[in-house]
Amino acid sequence: MQGFPFQPEQASTIARSVDYLYFFITAVTLFFTGIIFATIFYFMIRYRRRSPDEKPKAIEGSLPLEIMWTAIPTLIVALIFVWGSTLYFRNAEPPRGSMEIFVTGKQWMWKIEHPEGQREINELHVPVGRPVKLTMTSEDVIHDFFVPAFRVKKDVNPGRYTSLWFQPTKVGTFHLFCAQYCGAFHAGMIGSVIVMEPDEYERWLSGGVAGESMEAAGEKLFQANGCITCHLADGKGPAPSLLGVYGQPVHLTDGQTVTADDAYVRESILLPRAKIVAGYTPIMPSYQGQLTEEQIGNLIAYIRLLGKVQAKPQEEGKQ
Amino acid sequence: MSTATLEPRVHAPRNYLNADYGWKSWLFTLDHKRIALLYMVSVTFFFIIGGSFAVLMRIHLVEPQGALVQPETYNKLFTMHGIVMIFFFLIPSIPAVLGNFLVPLMVGARDLAFPKLNLLSWYIYLVGGMFTLYAGLAGGVDTGWTFYTPYSSTYSNTQVTAVAIGVFITGFSSILTGLNFIVTIHKMRAPGLTWFRMPLFLWAMYATSIIMVLGTPVLAITIFLLALEHLFHVGIFSPALGGDPLLFQHLFWFYSHPAVYIMILPAMGVVSEIIACFARKRIFGYKIVAFSSVAIAVLGFLVWGHHMFVTGQSIYEGLIFSLLSFLVAIPSAIKVFNWTSTLYKGSISYDAPMLYALGFIGLFTMGGLTGLFLASLATDVHLNGTYFIVAHFHYIMVGGAVMGYLGGIHFWWPKISGRKYPNGWAALAAAIIFVGFNLTFFPQFLLGYLGMPRRYAFYPAEFQVLNVMSSAGATVLGVGYLIPLIYLMWSMRYGPVAESNPWGATGLEWKTPSPPPTENFPEIPVVTEEAYAYAEEEAPLD
Repeated sequence: MQGFPFQPEQASTIARSVDYLYFFITAVTLFFTGIIFATIFYFMIRYRRRSPDEKPKAIEGSLPLEIMWTAIPTLIVALIFVWGSTLYFRNAEPPRGSMEIFVTGKQWMWKIEHPEGQREINELHVPVGRPVKLTMTSEDVIHDFFVPAFRVKKDVNPGRYTSLWFQPTKVGTFHLFCAQYCGAFHAGMIGSVIVMEPDEYERWLSGGVAGESMEAAGEKLFQANGCITCHLADGKGPAPSLLGVYGQPVHLTDGQTVTADDAYVRESILLPRAKIVAGYTPIMPSYQGQLTEEQIGNLIAYIRLLGKVQAKPQEEGKQ
Repeated sequence: MSTATLEPRVHAPRNYLNADYGWKSWLFTLDHKRIALLYMVSVTFFFIIGGSFAVLMRIHLVEPQGALVQPETYNKLFTMHGIVMIFFFLIPSIPAVLGNFLVPLMVGARDLAFPKLNLLSWYIYLVGGMFTLYAGLAGGVDTGWTFYTPYSSTYSNTQVTAVAIGVFITGFSSILTGLNFIVTIHKMRAPGLTWFRMPLFLWAMYATSIIMVLGTPVLAITIFLLALEHLFHVGIFSPALGGDPLLFQHLFWFYSHPAVYIMILPAMGVVSEIIACFARKRIFGYKIVAFSSVAIAVLGFLVWGHHMFVTGQSIYEGLIFSLLSFLVAIPSAIKVFNWTSTLYKGSISYDAPMLYALGFIGLFTMGGLTGLFLASLATDVHLNGTYFIVAHFHYIMVGGAVMGYLGGIHFWWPKISGRKYPNGWAALAAAIIFVGFNLTFFPQFLLGYLGMPRRYAFYPAEFQVLNVMSSAGATVLGVGYLIPLIYLMWSMRYGPVAESNPWGATGLEWKTPSPPPTENFPEIPVVTEEAYAYAEEEAPLD
């Protein structure tokens, strides 16, 4: 189902399935519009007024008809609802082993950071055939990351992370649009997603501007900002060790349990008193306003790396 | 009055128009019919203002790099277009003009329940409108009509506060109008006019009034919180102050989605009246059509989250809002089927109001069905924030609500003005508007599917062809809107004098002279028949 007039290019694994649903709803729309228009035209001609004093007989209505035209649309929208929701749920979570890329939106540009340390602006290079997960946040207002050819879109909010994933199926250059109005040059906040052959992508990664990896940058920040003074690796410091924490459940003083994901780690850096790890006191200062979104992204990358290191039980979480 | 003087004196009896000519008799009138006319002049003024913003936008978008203005100016144009059209034209249009004129006449009363509140609501509307226009002239506002935070609260350095105050003030005019209608419909129906004998226009106005009274305060609160944050840096919506920008979207759409039904339900009421009259049939499934208005009003409050599928809200939240949004499609579909069936075995004439009403059904059907793409989660992800949305809501709000308003104006014009307009011109205008509308907005569905985001002051060149088509269609549409303005004004002086019931319609408003006397009815009428009793012989009162 590619090549219809006015159809955008399909360049991701989900594009085709979204288009099938799109075509189905189009067919429903055309069918009902056709029926309504045809019936109205037919009645207009068939029952046109033939003499000025015509008095047609009254018709009260018809319960069977009402039931019919309540039931049929209900069934059709139920089908569309189930279809649309199933697709949406299936595509909500990125597959395991996705490449992780960090995206920051700001008026009016997209800043992209690859885990290997490659940074780019308004361009996103990815290899074909591999799932890519974007973790996104904004430095100022709400933006929206939209790649029509991939049929994906997600708001990029200040103060929180959203994520989006796609798996490109085609080599080429595709539009990246900001789809949430963000101020004077909203229309200029556009860029390209450049999908490359894997070996070409490797060459692109190794060549040129590679700075240090996100994890290495995060490790430096971890030292420079004094995190390391309390979050001792052996768990004997005033703050919990961060080894083996990321992605695991964390027990809090209020008895709740949360998962140490990006949003939790981010909150713990900026609002450390919001969730206190069981057994620790709220002594950590807030880093709100002292770290850029990119620096927070780097710290999270480092903590994610620490999460892969085996830790002793009981010593999990971070305050 | 040259035509009138040729006729015997009986044709110019005392009525609400010639009762007094002084300016005070207009500005301090408590007559619901005169207040309706004050509203008609004001909403027409705002329609022309909002329309000229649209003209500038469509000229600008003819070229990919933008043909006319700087991006900042373009952003102000679409913002002011939206604010003026929604808050100062669409929301007051049918309720405050036709509703004001017709609700007392249709219930068989001498006025609304609270005539002074009614006049007050017009002044409030005017103050709000002037505030907003002043803000527009003194620098404008560039947030989009949606005022999303934190852009509006922290980053925009345009006249956000002034415009927000204008919208805040105007909200109270809606609340007062809604309150007036609810009380009038409950307490002032003529003897014999039971709920199920009421014309469907009254059912629609009743449902609309409930939304106005319940929904508008939420908008007022939202704007108040916005101002609190903007002026005193209380952290509510801005993450930098510890607030949550998505909270604003929840509050905003909790009003602004039902507001769509404030615009479309009255138009549905108008269409029911017109279809019944020009097919000379009782509305097919009267009770079901009446209850579907109420169902839409209730369900309309539960679907706001479908504006937020891509914000990062929980996927389960998305699931619930998707389901509820699909449900609201059902009563709308039922209405369309019932209107169509009303034509069956009718006696259909093609006078201008009927053409507008049929145009409404066509455009509303397309607008409603394209809503399915947006209620469905997977397709909404792609289409949200693109021109598909723009096309969809214009089919509902312009194709639907404006067609309905124009249909109603044409239907009741002889009653309002006491004059008839040239039917041929009116039919031509209806056809031009229908065609021009589709030429303007259909290409925008295609642009949206192709991925062109809305609110872009310039765009990639590949989208130019469809944009030029849309702009060309807008020219046709603009001409279509100008023609009625001309012949309706012409008819006020030169049109043939209208009799009390020129269309042979049922309903109490047609049983009193055109234009009606100030007290509406010499004697309060007694209703002895169902609504739309076209099958029996009618005996006019006058």
